[in-house]
Amino acid sequence: MNHLQRILSARRLSPSIIPPSCFLHRRLFSTSETDDSSASFSSSHHKIQTPEDGASDKSRSTPSTTSSLKEHELAKFSAIADTWWHSEGPFKPLHLMNPTRLAFIRSTLCRHFSKDPSSARPFEGLRLIDVGCGGGLLSEPLARMGATVTGIDAVDKNVKIARLHADMDPVTSTIEYHCTTAEKLVDEGRTFDAVLALEVIEHVANPAEFCKSLSALTIPNGATILSTINRSMRAYASAIVAAEYILHWLPKGTHQWSSFLTPEELTMILQRASVDVKEMAGFVYNPITGRWLLSNDISVNFIAYGTRRSDHGDI
Amino acid sequence: MNDSPQHDIAIVGGGMVGIALAASLASKPLTKHLSVAIIDNNPLLGRKNIIEKGHPPDPRVSTVTPATISFLKDIGAWRYIEEQRHAYFDKMQVWDYTGLGYTRYNAKDVDQDILGCVVENKVLQSSQLSCVQESDLQKTVYPARLNAMDMLPSSSLTGLGEVPSTTDLYMRGRLAKLELSDGNSVYAKLVVGADGSKSRVRELAGIKTTGWNYSQNAIICTVEHTVENFTAWQRFLPNGPIALLPIGDKFSNIVWTMDPTEASERKSMSEDGFIRAVNDALDYGYGPHPGETSSQGSLSWLTGDVTISAKERFETPPKVVKLSSERMMFPLSLRHAKDYVSKRVALVGDSAHTVHPLAGQGVNLGFADASALSKAIAEGIALGTDIGETNLLKRYEAERKPANIAMMAVLDGIQKMYAVNFGPLNAFRAAAFHGAHYISPLKKRIISYASGEQSLPLFS
Repeated sequence: MNHLQRILSARRLSPSIIPPSCFLHRRLFSTSETDDSSASFSSSHHKIQTPEDGASDKSRSTPSTTSSLKEHELAKFSAIADTWWHSEGPFKPLHLMNPTRLAFIRSTLCRHFSKDPSSARPFEGLRLIDVGCGGGLLSEPLARMGATVTGIDAVDKNVKIARLHADMDPVTSTIEYHCTTAEKLVDEGRTFDAVLALEVIEHVANPAEFCKSLSALTIPNGATILSTINRSMRAYASAIVAAEYILHWLPKGTHQWSSFLTPEELTMILQRASVDVKEMAGFVYNPITGRWLLSNDISVNFIAYGTRRSDHGDI
Repeated sequence: MNDSPQHDIAIVGGGMVGIALAASLASKPLTKHLSVAIIDNNPLLGRKNIIEKGHPPDPRVSTVTPATISFLKDIGAWRYIEEQRHAYFDKMQVWDYTGLGYTRYNAKDVDQDILGCVVENKVLQSSQLSCVQESDLQKTVYPARLNAMDMLPSSSLTGLGEVPSTTDLYMRGRLAKLELSDGNSVYAKLVVGADGSKSRVRELAGIKTTGWNYSQNAIICTVEHTVENFTAWQRFLPNGPIALLPIGDKFSNIVWTMDPTEASERKSMSEDGFIRAVNDALDYGYGPHPGETSSQGSLSWLTGDVTISAKERFETPPKVVKLSSERMMFPLSLRHAKDYVSKRVALVGDSAHTVHPLAGQGVNLGFADASALSKAIAEGIALGTDIGETNLLKRYEAERKPANIAMMAVLDGIQKMYAVNFGPLNAFRAAAFHGAHYISPLKKRIISYASGEQSLPLFS
């Protein structure tokens, strides 16, 4: 472990650096589960709900003792979950960002797997997994691009919504949705050509473990794609102060700035998990057109694509 | 199983713009395999349309701009057009009846070979149809009219079977249902209204329009000269402009705008009388020729770099010797849809915007719509989107609406300026002409704008 890595791991992973008061409740559980709802609700600035994510995490971890809480949270959650697919509803910002994320994914995976980018279904024959799939906003387009898609989410309600929605279109009805975690799939020995976890890692308890799970799910020489929010002052200003307190795009407390990863940190963590980051891009929001653009500016929202090394031992 | 026909896209209206959309989809790798329904009760649509060269040109023509030509080249239609009658022009002369000003535009001013090309509408349509027919596009022509259109809100009802039926998908808001005049129903993810200024799709989608009728009619017809015409001519008369457009061989097309009473008179008058009236209107009728030296001195300080055509003299258009078609008359109006898209619906061409035919821009705007919509659909497919999704269609609207409104405003403004016969305004108009003629950068922008390049004349 080199010096930088040591610093990174200290800064990111040691509780002594992060005051316990800052911990989200989910940090109490040291699993690499995605924090589902928020994870899946994904996407940076415009995450809409959240109070429930921590709770649902809890309920997952100790279902027997928190069943009442779970019911309570799920009731709240389902009120929003039904609006996942309303493009003019509370998830509108996410719907607007989706094409930009997909453009990056399409272009990198076409190159990675030498697929024809001018084909309507370039991902034919590829097995992809969408970790923290939420209502299926990413899984469905990937299926339309021809991929064999598995979507997982730790929140049962999300998976149900995703299932119902995917069944409305014969092309997306082939998506396999499961209420489970990346870690559990690793235990089951499942692997995929490409693993995607968008706007998830900032909500997991242990990013390093999470990346190891993603890596383990990826076949050797396969592709891993993650997106998240940078731990920069600009991200603090735009993703937390602006999005949560001024614009009210997101409920207050959606994001903890201290749990964000910088691009360097993410690269390091992935590196140690045998994933070499090959490319990175930023998402920039244009408030005038209301559209997101891919850019070199990775100071707020960014996406990384890496390849899984084949010379890889234990994880 | 599939009970009723189900398509990706249903294009209502198989006119020039509707077929342009189909041809554009057929030409793109991402969209060429789509299943497209064309709903139109025009019996010519299913058949190959061969135009005999010997006949005089049809009076319904379009002036296509270089931008449209490159679109038609991209979709592969231009080579069919080149095999048929068409007339490029590289010069344009615009003047008015007061005799105070004139402008000659020359393609060389903007480093282009041509300013535009006049093509019969049926040539444009049949050429694009040939592209569609020869493509991989799965196309079905429904020779019927649209009676009703329905779509339900998306809903997560109970799960579907292995292979959901068309009606199941319709019930879940994934398909629009079109009821046709022949009793059939067709289902599609996206319905495109290419059905003209009285669009049924627009009406059924509940999209409102704004606009007004000009109290003007246009007479169109084909005429013959003794020599071939290579220039587009337009003269503003007290009641509206008259345009003489080259259409190949020794033919020209006339578009003459005037008030409705005068139009009925001119339509019914004898052929000889009409030819005399046309020749008069393009020559000394209503006022003198512009003096070649008038107010030139006062403006010479403005003429930074003098272009070739600024030195060109005023010319008189070639005389008309024969009327070669019937005279057709239609009222003019300006209409603009408040929205171009709604869920599973997009409007293109005249169904979204009807403009004053002053500069022959209508169909060019329509082709630009077709090009932008097919691009948005290709983008949607690339990104795995449902092509009927409003957010995707809004991209098309965002691209075309500002461009169309700008062009409409320019054309309406010119129309208004000429609809009034008032001394001081005439002088202003003449000055504007002189300005346009001599101030070369401005003129370049006007030509580029009229040639379909994107930027606004004054804001680029």
